[in-house]
Amino acid sequence: MNQYLSGLPAWLIQRLSALYMLLFVLILPLWWLGAEVGYERWHGLFASLPGGIAWGVFFLALLWHAWVGIRDIILDYLGYRPRLRLLMLSLLGGWLLALGLWGMRILLGVWL
Amino acid sequence: MGLGMQKSMYHNKRPVFLQLHRIHLPITGLVSISHRITGALLFLSLPLWLYLLQRSLSGPAGFLEVQDWFGQAHWRLLAAVMVWWFLHHLLAGIRVLLLDVEIGIELTHARASAAAVMWGSLLLLLVLLAVAI
Repeated sequence: MNQYLSGLPAWLIQRLSALYMLLFVLILPLWWLGAEVGYERWHGLFASLPGGIAWGVFFLALLWHAWVGIRDIILDYLGYRPRLRLLMLSLLGGWLLALGLWGMRILLGVWL
Repeated sequence: MGLGMQKSMYHNKRPVFLQLHRIHLPITGLVSISHRITGALLFLSLPLWLYLLQRSLSGPAGFLEVQDWFGQAHWRLLAAVMVWWFLHHLLAGIRVLLLDVEIGIELTHARASAAAVMWGSLLLLLVLLAVAI
């Protein structure tokens, strides 16, 4: 397949997701310092539309970032063992998918 | 590339030098490998954070429960260690992003920023702990 047709390159995904998460963790402490954090305010952050979307995108960025990073580790150390490499990459994909569904359930639990 | 060629690349007979105590990794290399290790550790700790998030959002009782955990010394210590992984990974990542746009690419600067990542993550952790306690 033509390499230019294979979507965003992995390193770019890694950098873009990193930039989003960087922005996120810079803004979160400002919110934290804004007022006393109790259950109501914490829950309210996730229940609000902007807060919920920001957290949802954060989960996505985190999972995508983890995929590229752990994929790189697997390719670096198991690159010469195609079948084991495939197995590990599949396990990683399944694991991240499970974490993503769990995160989605937490977010939906707040909204519904 | 054919499989045979890959095999010959990886299964060559060159000697491997693995006396770890005699390998002096330069500080740039130290930051690089720690970046990878902290990333892997953070990946492994994801279920714990998701669980804490779920509990904290489950209701006022769950929120207090999570707050109580962080109040206990051993949980606090564990959290501090994990936050240190995160801070190190974050600073090392910012360094990589800057290197990407060719800021600090000169060796003396790259060494200085590597030292800044190692010490800066510890310093930031101390500041955070001071604010949180």
